[in-house]
Amino acid sequence: MRKSLVIPEFAVIRDQNLCIQCEVCVRQCAFEAHHFNQADRKVETDNFRCVGCQRCVTMCPTGALRVIRYPNDFRPNENWPAEEIQRIYKQAETGGVLLSSMGTDRKYPNYWDHLLLNASQVTNPSIDPLREPMELRTYLGQKPAKLEIKFPKKMRRFDINKITLKTKIAPQLKLEIPVMFSAMSFGAISFNTIKALAEASRRSGTYWNTGEGGFPASLYEYGPNTIVQVASGRFGVHSQYLEVAAAIEIKIGQGAKPGIGGHLPGEKVNEEISRTRMIPEGTDALSPAPHHDIYSIEDLSQLIYALKEATDYRKPVAVKIAAVHNSAAIASGIVRAGADIVVIDGFRGGTGAAPTRIRDNVGIPIELALAAVDERLRQEGIRHQASLVAAGGFRNSSDVVKAIALGADAVYIATAALVAIGCHLCQKCYTGKCNWGIATQDIHLIKRLNPEIAADRLTNLLNAWSHEIKEMLGGMGIDAIESLRGNRLQLRAINLTDAELKVLGVKPAGESL
Amino acid sequence: MCGITGIFHRGKKLLPAELIVRSLDQMRERGNGLGSGYCGYGIYPEFRDDWAFHIFYTDNNARAGGVDYLKKHFLIKHAEPVPVRPVKTVTNRPIIWRYFLQLKDEVRQEFYDLSEHDIITNCVMEINSTISGAYVVSSGKNMGIFKGVGFPLDIAEFYRLDEYRGYLWIAHNRFPTNTPGWWGGAHPFGLLNFGLVHNGEISSYGINKRYLESFGYSLTLQTDSEAILYLFDLLSRRHQLGLELASRILTAPHYLVIEQSPPRWKKLLTAIRLTYGSALINGPSALIIATADEMIGLTDRIKLRPLVAASDGQMAYLASEESGITAIAKKPKKIYRLDAGIPMIFN
Amino acid sequence: MKSKIAVKKKIIIRPEYCMACRLCEIACLVKHSKSRQILKAFKEENLTLEESRIQVQQQGEMSFALQCRHCEDAWCLESCLTGALHQDEISGAILIDEEKCIGCWSCIMSCPYGVILRNQKTRKVATKCDLCPDEKIPACVMACPNEALILRENKNEK
Repeated sequence: MRKSLVIPEFAVIRDQNLCIQCEVCVRQCAFEAHHFNQADRKVETDNFRCVGCQRCVTMCPTGALRVIRYPNDFRPNENWPAEEIQRIYKQAETGGVLLSSMGTDRKYPNYWDHLLLNASQVTNPSIDPLREPMELRTYLGQKPAKLEIKFPKKMRRFDINKITLKTKIAPQLKLEIPVMFSAMSFGAISFNTIKALAEASRRSGTYWNTGEGGFPASLYEYGPNTIVQVASGRFGVHSQYLEVAAAIEIKIGQGAKPGIGGHLPGEKVNEEISRTRMIPEGTDALSPAPHHDIYSIEDLSQLIYALKEATDYRKPVAVKIAAVHNSAAIASGIVRAGADIVVIDGFRGGTGAAPTRIRDNVGIPIELALAAVDERLRQEGIRHQASLVAAGGFRNSSDVVKAIALGADAVYIATAALVAIGCHLCQKCYTGKCNWGIATQDIHLIKRLNPEIAADRLTNLLNAWSHEIKEMLGGMGIDAIESLRGNRLQLRAINLTDAELKVLGVKPAGESL
Repeated sequence: MCGITGIFHRGKKLLPAELIVRSLDQMRERGNGLGSGYCGYGIYPEFRDDWAFHIFYTDNNARAGGVDYLKKHFLIKHAEPVPVRPVKTVTNRPIIWRYFLQLKDEVRQEFYDLSEHDIITNCVMEINSTISGAYVVSSGKNMGIFKGVGFPLDIAEFYRLDEYRGYLWIAHNRFPTNTPGWWGGAHPFGLLNFGLVHNGEISSYGINKRYLESFGYSLTLQTDSEAILYLFDLLSRRHQLGLELASRILTAPHYLVIEQSPPRWKKLLTAIRLTYGSALINGPSALIIATADEMIGLTDRIKLRPLVAASDGQMAYLASEESGITAIAKKPKKIYRLDAGIPMIFN
Repeated sequence: MKSKIAVKKKIIIRPEYCMACRLCEIACLVKHSKSRQILKAFKEENLTLEESRIQVQQQGEMSFALQCRHCEDAWCLESCLTGALHQDEISGAILIDEEKCIGCWSCIMSCPYGVILRNQKTRKVATKCDLCPDEKIPACVMACPNEALILRENKNEK
């Protein structure tokens, strides 16, 4: 029998003084890393099976377990890290494409960590968010270039009853916090997870995105807080799907895997998934790489208007692209094609499953793409025609504030939301064995995610970020988020090259106005 | 910190500049000598129909460039250095000239799709951004701005303001906070017939500036107050919303207030917040904006800077402090404190 | 002896959230152990999960943890020969006085839920859930990580 050359990635260290042989770890590990040795009456671990999800560590009633990187060293080699060696072994043994989940874990610069915020002092007082109104409300949608008002022939003083507002405002999404839950499909994640996302959106006055998994009918009550996605596979797209939603998003690309379509393995397509996505049970749900009816910008414009016609122009239509080299030009085209919202998903964005090499090497960081797109749209005088939503690895409220300062209207989070409800970023979602009940359809595992608890946790997260954003805004002497939007003078950069400063449009720390 | 003041005789009776100088000097502690300035309306009756350009030049090359540009675009009815008096404390002076201009017909024809006001604005932006060392200080008709680095009395003496009479004057005394004091950065700022004085520092400057640049404005005077002036020009003139509505856009109220407003106001204010978010002024501000027929006082929505007003028959007053008014007004009936974010309009 | 009052604390079972981790069983064991400390209890007192007064019932993916329901019309109360089984007058919980219990197992046979256990460690007595009288929240409810067991105060008195 051929032997695998792959060495374990993790080791579980069990403190025998603390282990009470209760077998909770055995019961909780879907990867069957722990088992009970009947003869010796003790729990043992097979390190080859451990994926580092920390489920057993968390559930152990005595804290007897910890998971560490497997303490086995290859000879140090800057060019051949252990990971790359292991990956070749895996491919030599299977002949297959390497699959990964969640966002890239490679060490690329994270520009949010190079940007610093301002604070007002002396000349300009900071504003106290506990005592003054601090406005985070954000409207997403097409805005008019100006307001047309019909004044009466003679009007010495402004009289609201004598003037007429002629401008019609296009449909808008109304957010109480500039953070929404990004697209994660039913199939990639469990029903309880999307229920929690929907409930948290409703409580927090924001929106969640169905991804390309369709919209289960039992959740239609959350329609007013739901953005439905029309992706290349058109899974689950029917007239009621469009009708119950608050907005529609055409997914052209995704940050984690620009250029290719979604993939849900057949094992995860059970009866409910089959019904919602409108595909046969047990079949792989493969989304094609492009929409096969969108090969050019004019084709996109046709689809945008087809969706608007189908919904009577009552809902904003968004278009989501991955951040790539010429995002600015693509975004400009999308805006002119009639999109009300442009979503840009940076290369650190997460995914349920993607080929590892595409996840780690294709696309550019959202920080640079956002800066470039915002600037280009302003240069062309069309920035007001669509709102910009940035996505791709936002970790905390300061990332959000910096993104808005660069020019985003709002931010989408997905990985952060899943982490809030239990994800430990073990990157094994593609196996369908998520021990936290999130990225699985296994009937035993999905019970582990209690949607009530998860909705509370998500609401707490948004609430906490909301307060932090208000503190940062107040510190900058700003009391309305629109005064921060695109206001790059509130940012300074540290340790970046001139070229990077130029793309970001930010001055280096130390330079004043 | 800065001090601002304005006086307006609504019957357009001409007032000596001495009044405004005295008002400003009363508040001299609000400045630190790094800038003072005055803007007067009705000061050039004999050239009332000509565009009066006041221009600073850093050197003669700049002046040559400026004159060249003006000759290409305008008929120069009259040109002369602005008359000044030597004052020991007023140093590092630029070359200061004034021109009385009419737009050439061929320029009008070349830009047939633009109004005369648009063309004048473009000319001002072009001079400021392309002719190195030249800055147009004011560009209105029958009005002009006199400003520089120095204390109120010194600047007034320097510019021989005792020789001028106008029906509307606004003035400013500077304590600069974000850039070093220089002649071009002193207030008032002017474009066409707008004159602006501002006490404050706008936190929203970064986005106000980018918003204005997308409409073709160049912000070259290294100070955030310039943005406010251009916002008034954009909203009031180009978007044809008038000064009062433009004021309300710049200090649009909080959603808490909008929600409690009557339905017509609620609809308008919501539309304003949605459309003109990038024009919202955030940060402490008290300002006076003037045109040939109006003087408006305005503060930011949480009133982080002071502004008071008074009226006495035809005379209207605005000032950072009561003392600025009582120094010159004989017997104003009542002194009003402006409400946060609500314009006080005299016309 | 019939039960007179409705129990004040009700433990509600939600099978849709039970993942059969059995942390409730462990907590119950520790609570009713001599040392009441988890390490001492498991290592020195030789406890096994089968002795827990709450037991996880499992079939396929369906699972839930079951303990004494403290019935309003308790069959065990009626069946008790010695009066060891009695209802606490204040909390309404059905309790066993182990001094009086003679280990006849009549209660075990009469209980429709099968939640009374034979405890043969020291004496031959019956044991079952006592609703943790000295705790505000019973140990099993505190221990459940997924809120498959929740506490509801029963405001309705009989």
